[in-house]
Amino acid sequence: MAEFKVPELGENVPGGDVTNVLVKVGDTIAVDQPVLELETDKATVEVPSSVAGRVTEIKVKPGEKVNVGAVVLVVEDGNKSTPKEQEPAPKAQAPTPKAQQEEQTAQPPTPDAPKTGAPKDKVVSMPAKAQGSSAKPQAAVAKPPAQPSKPAGGHPAAPAAPSVRRLAREVGVNIDDVQGSGPEGRISEEDVKEHARRILSSMPSLGSGAPASAGGVAARPAVPLPDFSRWGEIERQPMSNVRRTTSERLSHAWTTIPHVTQFDKADISAMEELRRKYREQVAAAGGNLTVTAMLVKVIATAVKQFPQFNSSLDPQSNEIVYKKYVNVGVAVDTDRGLLVPVVRNADSKNITEIAVDVHQLAEKARSRKLTLEEMSGGGITISNLGGIGGTYFTPIVNWPEVAILGVSRGIVEPVWRADPSTGSGQGKWEPRQLLPLSLSYDHRVIDGADAMRFLRWVVEAVEQPFLLSLLG
Amino acid sequence: MASESIQVAVLGAGPGGYAAAFYAADLGMQVALIDEEPNPGGVCLYRGCIPSKALLHVAKVIDEARHASAWGVTFGEPKIDIARLRAFKQGVVDKLTGGVGQVAKLRKVKFIQGRATLTGPHSMTIAGSGGATALEFEHGVLATGSQPTRIPSLSFDSPRMMDSTSALDLPDVPGSLLVIGGGYIGLELGSVYATLGSKVSVVEMTAGLLPGADRDLVNVLHKRLEKVFASIMVNTKVTRVAEDAKGIRVTFEGSSNGSSGQPGSTSEQVFDRVLVAVGRRPNSKIPGLDATAVKVDANGFIETDGQRRTAESSIFAIGDVAGEPMLAHKASHEARVAIEAIAGHKGVFEPLAIPAVVFTDPEIAWCGLTEAQALERGTEIEVAKFPWAAIGRAITIDRPEGLTKLVLEPKSGRVLGVGIAGAGAGELIAEGVLAVEMGATADDMKLTIHPHPTLSETLMESAEVFFGQSTHVFKPRRKSR
Repeated sequence: MAEFKVPELGENVPGGDVTNVLVKVGDTIAVDQPVLELETDKATVEVPSSVAGRVTEIKVKPGEKVNVGAVVLVVEDGNKSTPKEQEPAPKAQAPTPKAQQEEQTAQPPTPDAPKTGAPKDKVVSMPAKAQGSSAKPQAAVAKPPAQPSKPAGGHPAAPAAPSVRRLAREVGVNIDDVQGSGPEGRISEEDVKEHARRILSSMPSLGSGAPASAGGVAARPAVPLPDFSRWGEIERQPMSNVRRTTSERLSHAWTTIPHVTQFDKADISAMEELRRKYREQVAAAGGNLTVTAMLVKVIATAVKQFPQFNSSLDPQSNEIVYKKYVNVGVAVDTDRGLLVPVVRNADSKNITEIAVDVHQLAEKARSRKLTLEEMSGGGITISNLGGIGGTYFTPIVNWPEVAILGVSRGIVEPVWRADPSTGSGQGKWEPRQLLPLSLSYDHRVIDGADAMRFLRWVVEAVEQPFLLSLLG
Repeated sequence: MASESIQVAVLGAGPGGYAAAFYAADLGMQVALIDEEPNPGGVCLYRGCIPSKALLHVAKVIDEARHASAWGVTFGEPKIDIARLRAFKQGVVDKLTGGVGQVAKLRKVKFIQGRATLTGPHSMTIAGSGGATALEFEHGVLATGSQPTRIPSLSFDSPRMMDSTSALDLPDVPGSLLVIGGGYIGLELGSVYATLGSKVSVVEMTAGLLPGADRDLVNVLHKRLEKVFASIMVNTKVTRVAEDAKGIRVTFEGSSNGSSGQPGSTSEQVFDRVLVAVGRRPNSKIPGLDATAVKVDANGFIETDGQRRTAESSIFAIGDVAGEPMLAHKASHEARVAIEAIAGHKGVFEPLAIPAVVFTDPEIAWCGLTEAQALERGTEIEVAKFPWAAIGRAITIDRPEGLTKLVLEPKSGRVLGVGIAGAGAGELIAEGVLAVEMGATADDMKLTIHPHPTLSETLMESAEVFFGQSTHVFKPRRKSR
């Protein structure tokens, strides 16, 4: 049996908050394998294990505060690499052949901080407060440098050319936090820009992506891809900016949000009639009276009845942020990829105004004229794939929102309609146009029953547009 | 009193001051540059780097001509026309200072000759030949430089006692000269006088010449200087100097654990002239500095932050007056940082390597981390050395005594420092500075093609030594890489 304790994290760092435990009981861990993510005042760090063996007990939980020296986990058959408790340096000694091998490939301890279990270059995310929606943008941006950014003591400076170091200063990035992609970790201009993008996109107010959080996937070492060319010809293309942002955002949403998707069908026969009737009138105003435009109004009215669908979770403060404004995002498929412009104050606009907005935003999205501002600040999103087809799908919530409504193609189906005048059993089959709806939501904020009530409300509002004026 | 107002006032027109003024002007600011000399240039151009290098060049030609007899070419003993030599040196100084003055005019930098007194955080008065001027400025840059350190007990007025400034005036070629101080100034000027014909002795208080430089580099120079100088005394103090009829009578005392001087032993010798070159001190006693919040530290340097801003937020300080190392190229770089800060950019002074060059023959140059510093700080390093005896170019110029070495991060092979001793080391070090600043590795230096046959190949071959595969030196590594 061996215990792994929280190692020294750096000068004047007494401990931190556990943001993630990366192993579970029964796992077999190796020396230097990251087992814990800790958020300290300075940064989020991955803590590598100094012991190897099968985990029999984990003594910390996410959310707990732990101090240096606290027992993190217990392993069986553990080869304790640190005979003395006072020296929890992960790489001090490693008796097993495997661990010795590990040691050779491990970074040598930095001269001034040989006991540091979490070296600076293991920083996995942006400055701690950047994730909370209440965080001010400045939180992530370094102050103008009054002092050289050289680390204290004999720690070698970041391997970056003077021009790259200047770029880092200018964009407000601490060069020591940047992961270099070059040989021996050399930092390129592109690395600095990428790092800055990560910091910026982690700010929800800017609404342009959300990369690795403390528990995000980007922090973990990537599993190497197989050599696909072994099986035939391949071609590699760089990801576009939109693709990359989408990838980062959705990875974050998918790993952070416990998703549930519920389905329902709305009878849009009546709505379709109205739509045909007033289409010309709306077109004259410069809009396009689409199902999407009408659904924006329905959703905007619905979230007034169910405010938790227009909220965000702040795990930093354990608060739910309710928005008093109603902005509805509309997913638009463009040749650049998926963009989500936002219809502002949709609750105070009539359907014609919304139709004009949606039309203009979609046009802008397709002609690449959409501004960052027009894509930010959404409270809930509608993704309508009905133009293409399909029955149902499971949309991913557009973090930091908590719900998204997926819309598929309306199809005519036989529906049994009871005749109210003739008692039970009487009625007839009628062809009705039904619209399949898929509602995905963040189960941390919304429970299944509430989600079903919300979706039913939406269905009824679609079937009885009068509800919109009654309650909207 | 005439009165003016300007955006940036730069006090002192050396390589820090004029670089600051020019850069500010290039950024579109209105600039005044104030100095007591008729043209910009400062100590470096008037009585430092430049005149000494003119003289060292002449010395080198004389040395080579003498050495040529070993190659079968014999010249007669040189006849030295000291007045003409002085004129050559003065011509170099005039040409460069005049040129910088011209460039100042072209850039519309207002050059004011005079002595300035600060009267507040945004104002100064300048007493010049044309009367006094009051100058208001938004930002001030103090670049007042340094001057030779004087040792009170060794200082008295005598034409036989010289400092670096008067030694550069080249009053004559004394029969015997004592240089007090084994630093770069003493060794450079001592070399000049030795070549011109003086019997030069050097006395250094510490255990070796050029304190701060790695010993293996200094040894290369030391061996040659032993032949050039009449004597080199280390671990030796000068306890008394006095003028008598024959010259300056100097009393030496050996300090403890000395090799040259026995502990406690004293001796006396008479010299025609004595050059005191024991260092330089910052010119921080700027008139009126107390009218500002500028702070001066215990060593006399003006305290600044990373942007070279002083405790008075409108005033910056750069160059020798703002701290070690007192080198022109450091000052010029700081000038850029300070002006960027004034312009609202985020510049900061954070070089990884400031090159130091000793222009003796052979030259010594180094940058970044030295072996001695690594030892002192406990930084793990690996040193890769390449002796010049194995390089074609060094043999063709008959200078095989040189040494090139890289101070490397053991695992990554990242170049942390470079040291070179040998002919032209000062020119060669630039590649080392770039390597350190760029975070280059030994691998990069090894894989970069260097021209053959040149001395620059020694840098490439040193990198190869790190990998145990230098073409011209057989020194297999114990560890495989």
